[in-house]
Order: sequence, then structure tokens, then C-alpha cells
Amino acid sequence: MPSALKITAAAPDPALLDLPWHIPLEDWPEKTLAALPRGISRHVVRFVRLSGRVLAVKEIGESVAYREYELLRDLGRLDVPSVEPVGVITGRTTPEGEELNSVLITQHLKFSLPYRALFSRYLAPDTATRLIDALAVLLVRLHLTGFYWGDVSLSNTLFRRDAGEFAAYLVDAETGELHDSLTRGQREYDLEIARVNIIGELMDLDAGDLLLDEVDTVAVGEMIVSRYHELWDELTRVEEFGTTERWRVSDRIRRLNELGYDVGELQMTTDIDGTTVAIQPKVVDAGHHHRRLMRLTGLDVEENQARRLLNDMDTYQAATDQLGENEEFVAHEWLAEVFEPTVRAIPRHLRGKLEPAEFFHELLEHRWFMAQNAGHDIPMPQAVDSYIDNVLRHRPDEEAILGLDTATLRAIEHD
Amino acid sequence: MATVTFDHATRIYPGTERPAVDALNLEVADGEFLVLVGPSGCGKSTSLRMLAGLEDVNSGRILIGDRDVTDVQPKDRDIAMVFQNYALYPHMSVADNMGFALKIAGKPKKEIRERVEEAAKILDLSEYLDRKPKALSGGQRQRVAMGRAIVRQPQVFLMDEPLSNLDAKLRVQTRTQIASLQRRLGVTTVYVTHDQTEALTMGDRICVMKLGVLQQVGTPRDMYDRPANVFVAGFIGSPAMNLGTFSIKDGHATLGDAAIPLTRTTQEAVTEADKGEITLGFRPEALDVVSEGTDGSFAIDVNLVEELGSDAFVYGELANRKEAEALGSGEDDSQVIVRVDPRTPPMKGDRIHVVIREGQKHVFSAASGERLPE
Repeated sequence: MPSALKITAAAPDPALLDLPWHIPLEDWPEKTLAALPRGISRHVVRFVRLSGRVLAVKEIGESVAYREYELLRDLGRLDVPSVEPVGVITGRTTPEGEELNSVLITQHLKFSLPYRALFSRYLAPDTATRLIDALAVLLVRLHLTGFYWGDVSLSNTLFRRDAGEFAAYLVDAETGELHDSLTRGQREYDLEIARVNIIGELMDLDAGDLLLDEVDTVAVGEMIVSRYHELWDELTRVEEFGTTERWRVSDRIRRLNELGYDVGELQMTTDIDGTTVAIQPKVVDAGHHHRRLMRLTGLDVEENQARRLLNDMDTYQAATDQLGENEEFVAHEWLAEVFEPTVRAIPRHLRGKLEPAEFFHELLEHRWFMAQNAGHDIPMPQAVDSYIDNVLRHRPDEEAILGLDTATLRAIEHD
Repeated sequence: MATVTFDHATRIYPGTERPAVDALNLEVADGEFLVLVGPSGCGKSTSLRMLAGLEDVNSGRILIGDRDVTDVQPKDRDIAMVFQNYALYPHMSVADNMGFALKIAGKPKKEIRERVEEAAKILDLSEYLDRKPKALSGGQRQRVAMGRAIVRQPQVFLMDEPLSNLDAKLRVQTRTQIASLQRRLGVTTVYVTHDQTEALTMGDRICVMKLGVLQQVGTPRDMYDRPANVFVAGFIGSPAMNLGTFSIKDGHATLGDAAIPLTRTTQEAVTEADKGEITLGFRPEALDVVSEGTDGSFAIDVNLVEELGSDAFVYGELANRKEAEALGSGEDDSQVIVRVDPRTPPMKGDRIHVVIREGQKHVFSAASGERLPE
């Protein structure tokens, strides 16, 4: 191992030194890899298993590697859904003394899905729509924090299941820039890049016969623009009303909460004669339900999953006749009596299929359908058994879907 | 195709007082390759982004052709940021990879095919148009990505440090490719770099900036031969120009044993603010090694000789200089760099005598740093 090798990491794992840094990433031996590489990509990316976790290793220039590492760390601090950076390795040389490119190491996001993994034969139109919704939510969230992405696309994003919807995570921050706030030009241009990239990606699926014929690629791609604007406007627009309609302040806050946002700061101004009021949210934080569930139970789940679990908790509170009870107590009881026993019921060998919170969500759906068919309530243990046997067992493992690098598209079946 | 005009364009970031770009006035000619260069924080990238519509213009205007685009959204400016993204789509042919943006824009098939074929010819990709990207080499894939920008036939190409991610060898190669491609296409191009060599080798004209203020615009030759101020003199050229602050005595600029005659015009241009001093510069190749005692010569003690085959450079110190007197290059202000005949280089520890060739010295006001007439 050459002595000049330099590892920059927040929490360096000595096991990193065991990886063959003196070999170009492209030639890493199969036994080191967690998944076989496929397809073409802008950069060489490989997945390795190390100390019980899966890491993505990307070969790029030194300055770019450090830049992206810092950006990903900043995004993490700002609580933006993005992959977690592990470190940068520079000063790589072959035994012959030839210099090798630096690498950026990120942690593989458990249970995340490249969008190509979300369809087996065809991408159904509603899946495409839901992915674009998730991406619009992510883009708005990034823009609110002042992050300009520069290369928004489905393939630079990873998706996690979120109570039947998806939650999007930023994977590639290479072209990103963090500003205090973004200009309208920066936001619009990012959105234009997103639109063109998404349509390109859908056209590629079309060319590979992976898209149902009725999908209008351009129309689906343009949805990112309208979804983004709807959400951005709801979160930032000025609302004016007469001073007698003050209920509209709390109404606005409630609407934002429903969308999953907490209002950190709301600006309220009145005109000179005091007959009208204008309000505008100045600071909004995504993760309203996520934070509430986290505070009550310590569970760290996606926004819609949190909403779902909170609803179930409310139902439990009513069903157990505890409506006047302190919410913390009820949450504790619900966790111990309902959530944990249910999740523990998943046989160990099936735990790599879905995250617990998503499992719980699907189970609730399943129980509802069973009840519909039976015409009466179904006890939880019965629903759990039925769900595991009829559904979960037949699902693919999603804990670590690898080998689908995110920079470029590729066909799962045809490659 | 179009000209680009910055008309007193100013960008002040919220919460800062000093403008990131201060009243920039710049005309880029139709078809010209203009390079914005300067150290980090000089405002070059901000200027480019103002042109792209990514940064607001707080005062002044920006025009593309005759059209004022100051408040036009980026996508409606008819510009292309090159190298933004070169992911290729594996199921689509090379032709479709190049033309898909036109398809999105709803252009007729025939027109798309024509534009793609035209771009492919320029990029030497004609025979690959019906293949899949997988069949291409790395360099060819990169050209397909360029083709994507070319087929859109934008009025202006914008490039922001496109080579920063490449290793040194590939950087030189790609530099040449971009420059020759731009000349073939004849599309007005604004290119940002921090690297003065890149600027000199690629640009029709170069615009040097510092702390948000334009320092000088001109051809690479102009910048090299007649830098407008001390900053440009020290920034452009590699190895850098030797610069030092000299005292004016009896019509000569003096430092240590060196006494270099100044013309009457120069002497008359010196003002009181200069306090009897003048900044004098000369490039490493502007010196002749002469015998001791030659008129206007001064002595250099050799610290190091760098032999490059075609050239040899002496790194040395002005002999008999006093503590506070500094004469040196932008790289090291106590070392003078002298290009010498590579076949008869001096040895380390030698003392050589040099004179500045006629007409090859640069004089600047010690107070303002501006170039003085000769």
C-alpha cells in the first residue's frame, strides 16, 4: 500500500484500508464487490460490503470528490434526504507508481430503489407519476434550503417506499451548489433540467420497450413542472384577506401541516388603514408527521409512513377508550402493544423484503381488504399471518438492490 | 448567432456590501470565443451565471444580440450550458441521444434528422448515428453529449470550468478539441476558467477579472505584451513576469545595483502619489545574458537552474539587494526568473549579468498599479 494514501472521513473505518485502492475501480476483483457492475456510466461506481454495511465507491477527480463530500455533509446537516457520505480517498497509486483517480465513498441507502427497479416488465403510468411527485417534493425541499442541483433526474435519485407512495433521496450532488437562497432563475433552470432529463429517461424506456404504449413521455415529464409549482406556491405564496377573516392564518398553517410541513416563521403584515392582512410563510420545514412520530415513539420513518402510523395510533386511542389520555402515554402503549409485536412477527428470513414501517402500512391495507371481504373486523394476528403468507413471502428482497448505478439508465432484463 | 453585451451589469449578493460583479462592461463579438479568467472570487463564474440567467442582475443590463435578456428566464434565453450533464441513454441510438431535446420541443422529424446529421459530421460521429452508445468509446460518448448542445443551435454556448474534472493529459487534449470545435461551429462562446494557460490557448480574447472588477480585455497577445496593470502582468504568463518596486533616481529605476533607464514620457507620467517609486516588470524571456559592466545590466545570483530541453530557466536573486528590496515573479516574490540558452546554462551559485531587451520592460504606477506610457 503506498504511503501517500489519504483518507478523509468523519468516522473513519479502519476496514477501509483493506480495500484494494491500488487497483483501478474498474478492475476490482469480483470477490470484493457486493454486486456486479452493469451498463455504462459517467463514472466508475462499485458497491462493496464492509463492516456489515454496503458502500458505494465512485471514482472522480480529487477536487470534485472533496466538493461533493462536503456538499453531502451539508445536506445531511440540513436534514435533506440524501445519501450519507462516508469519506474521500486521495493519493491512490498503482504498485508501478501510476496515479489513480480519487474516490468518493457513500453509504448505500437501505431499502432504497433505483427507479429502474420499480418495474419488472413495464413502468406503469401511475408508478411514473408517483415517482415524479416524490421528485418534485424533494426538489422543492432542496430549493427551500438554497440547494441548486444542476442535474436533476430520476437516475440521480433513489426512492424509498413511503406508505404506498415514494420518498425521494438525492444521490448525486456533483453539480450541486449550496447558496443562502436561490434566485428564481436558478430554480427555474433546475426545473428545466429536471423536465428534459425525465423526458429523456422515459423516452429511453420507450426505446427499450419498457414503457406501456399509452404513456405520453412528454406529458408525464412535464408533470414535474406543474407539481413543483403547485407545491412551491402553496409553501411560499402571499395570502391576503380582510382583518375579520383571521381564521385564515390558522387555516394556512393547517394546510401546510397536512402537506407535511411545519411553519417555522410566518410573516404577517397589515396595510396602512388596517383593513387587510397579508401572510407569507418564511420558514417551512418538511417532515411535520415524521417529527411528531419521532418525538412520540422514537421511530424514524418516512413522512407518509409516519402519517399512517399516527393515524393508527389515533384509532388505537379511540378504540381503547383513551381519548382524554396524554398522547405520550398512548404512543408508548401503542408502540408496545401494537407496532412492535406486529413487526416482530415477521420471520427473520423475510425481514430483508420491506422496512418495518412499510410492512406495517401494507399490513394495515391488507387487513382492511380482509375486513371488507369478511364483512367484519379482522384481529391483528390473523391479518399478520395472512399478509406474510399471501403477500410478503412473494415479494423481492429490497434491502440492498445494488448494481444499478444511478448515473445512467439501463435495462434490467435486456442489458 | 449573436453578440453578447454586459452593460454595467452588477451583482450584489444579499447581505454583502461589495458587489460580486461590479458594473461589468463587456462586448463579445458574434462567433467569438471569449474566456473569463481570474483567481477565485474574481466574479468570473458569477458573470457567466448572470448571462445564463441563474444570477439576478441588480443593476445594468445583459443583451444577447439586440435582445435585453436581463429579466428573461434561463430556458428562454437561447443559450446552452455545455458539459452540464452527459449521461447517455442506452436504449436510444446515438442519433436519438443527440436529438431528443428537439423532439421534446416538438420539431418535425425531418428537421431533427438534418440537424443531427450536421452535428454528427462536425463531431466525426456520422457513421455511428444508428448505433447504441454502448458501442462507442469514452471520447465518442463525450462528443455525443456535446452534440446534444450543438443540435439545439443556441445563440451562445456557456462553459464553466468544463475541464476541472479531467486529469492533466485529458485536459490538454479536450482543451484543443473544444477550441477547434468552437471555431468550426462559429457559435459565440463564453468560457470560464481560473487557469491562465487555458485562457491563453483557447480564447480569441481574454477578459481578466479581480474582485468583481474587469481588469483588461484583449487578445492573448495583447494581454501578454501590454498588460494594463500590475495584476494582469503578474497573472498572465507562465512562468510569471518578474515584478519589483524600484526607486526613481536620475532618470533611472533603481533597485540594489540595478539601474534601468526610463524614458522621459514615463518619468512625466509619474505622479506625486507614486512617492518617487515605480513598479517595473519584465518577462523571463525578455532578458539577455551579457558580460559584466554592460550598460543597464544587473547581476543575478543563481539559486536553481530548471532545464526543460527546449528552454532553461534560472531562478535567482538580485545581487547586493537590501533586505526590504524585493524583485521576483508572481510565483515567488524574492526569486527572479530568467530564461537562458539551454545549451549553455549557468551553474547553481554562479553570478550572471543580464539586461532587459529594448522595448520589453513594463512600467506601472507604484501607487495605482496602472500601466505607464513609454
